[in-house]
Amino acid sequence: MIRVILPGHLRALAHVSAEVQLDVKAPVTQRSVLDALEAQYPMLRGTIRDHVTQERRPFLRFFACEEDYSLEPPDTPLPDAISSGAEPLLIIGAIAGG
Amino acid sequence: MSKVRVLVGTRKGAFVLTSDGKREKWDVSGPHFAGWEMYHLKGSPADPNRLYASQCSGWFGQIIQRSDDGGKTWTQPGTPPGEKDAQPAGPPKGESNKFVYDTSAQTGKPLTTHQWYDGTQHPWEFKRVWHLEPSPTDPDTVYAGVEDAALFRSTDGGKNWHELSGLRGHGTGPRWQPGAGGMCLHTIILDPKDPGRIYIAISAAGAFRTDDAGKTWRPINKGLHSQYIPDPNAEVGHCVHHVAMHPSRPNVLFMQKHWDVMRSDNAGDSWQEVSGNLPTDFGFVIDVHAHDPETIYVVPIKSDGEHFPPDGKLRVYRSKTGGNEWEALTKGLPQSDCYVNVLRDAMAVDSLDKCGVYFGTTGGQVYASANAGDSWTPIVRDLPAVLSVEVQTLP
Repeated sequence: MIRVILPGHLRALAHVSAEVQLDVKAPVTQRSVLDALEAQYPMLRGTIRDHVTQERRPFLRFFACEEDYSLEPPDTPLPDAISSGAEPLLIIGAIAGG
Repeated sequence: MSKVRVLVGTRKGAFVLTSDGKREKWDVSGPHFAGWEMYHLKGSPADPNRLYASQCSGWFGQIIQRSDDGGKTWTQPGTPPGEKDAQPAGPPKGESNKFVYDTSAQTGKPLTTHQWYDGTQHPWEFKRVWHLEPSPTDPDTVYAGVEDAALFRSTDGGKNWHELSGLRGHGTGPRWQPGAGGMCLHTIILDPKDPGRIYIAISAAGAFRTDDAGKTWRPINKGLHSQYIPDPNAEVGHCVHHVAMHPSRPNVLFMQKHWDVMRSDNAGDSWQEVSGNLPTDFGFVIDVHAHDPETIYVVPIKSDGEHFPPDGKLRVYRSKTGGNEWEALTKGLPQSDCYVNVLRDAMAVDSLDKCGVYFGTTGGQVYASANAGDSWTPIVRDLPAVLSVEVQTLP
């Protein structure tokens, strides 16, 4: 199972309390994980990726195994530790304020 | 006994305030959608327990929420919690968040650009829903005014949204430009006597009217004068802040423009200034008394550079003559050191006798008057900045 940790606001929207677990067929990529996430939690459609362009919302970042994968092409395979479920994929909202 | 439900949208969540007909003691429910910008909430006149809400965020985009029990519980239309997507066997879920500009050739004039701040052309980009206007007769039909300016409609309770592209396709579209708050369609008025007639207003394009249920539109800005527009007869470009109408007289409109309070007696075909003796005619809100269509309310704001009341005194001004002659309403409102703003969708009236008037401030206060403005009391004092106030009068 693939593990995904969502920002607090999206956890509230999806009515989940902690990380979510997804059944994702190989290859495990940003796109396949997000497709599975949106299929399981359709209320998240449009909140992580633009509804039409499917591009990442600019203030969200994707981290895996302490690396920033936000700028990687969406079909780039994620690390084995993500595919195996050893590590979660983190979706993080950019910190803003001051 | 009648009840009143006040729907408050703030920068950090929504609140539902309820009271009996005396409007003295209030229950406060919220924050709903804590941490999200709630631009607008409004109830269906045809089913008062059906509420629509615009929830948005710079991080996560636009969400439409709906309640079918008067605000106790909420769901995204068509996407009940815990229900997975039905694809490919059924229609996709999560569509209620989807606002896509119509660029089809069939609609005739798909637009892709409007005027940017520097005068160049800029692509139309969806940002958020500013205003939701439910149909007076059908709980499942609701209109959405969005930024960048366009009008959308749902006929299935908010599950799916389709643009009424004739508005954006109006020939003036490439000359529309954003105001300081963005290029937003913030006012939608449905004529209760003529289902084909809709008024809308856009900052900073102006006011528009359709007489054929949204297929075609005309600018209704004749008589508006804006100091930043050299052409005194400019068809568009006016920064209309809000428009109000009394349902018994759908041809009479009142407008708070950037500067100037205006009135039209012919469905917007022409406008006359009625600022009269106001201390400043800049402001955002304007509304009409529920029972007297010649009684109107504004909250004067010092200027476009200083978005707070003149002299630090929060004053509602009331005209009982449809404009020109205004009286200051101050009882119960702070008369020193008050530097809040009252945003364009943050005033509403109930239909009890006497008429209740409500407004919210960027300082987080929601003030109520149970006597048509003669005196005021705060229902709440310390909410996040108030973006919108709507009122439902319930049996």
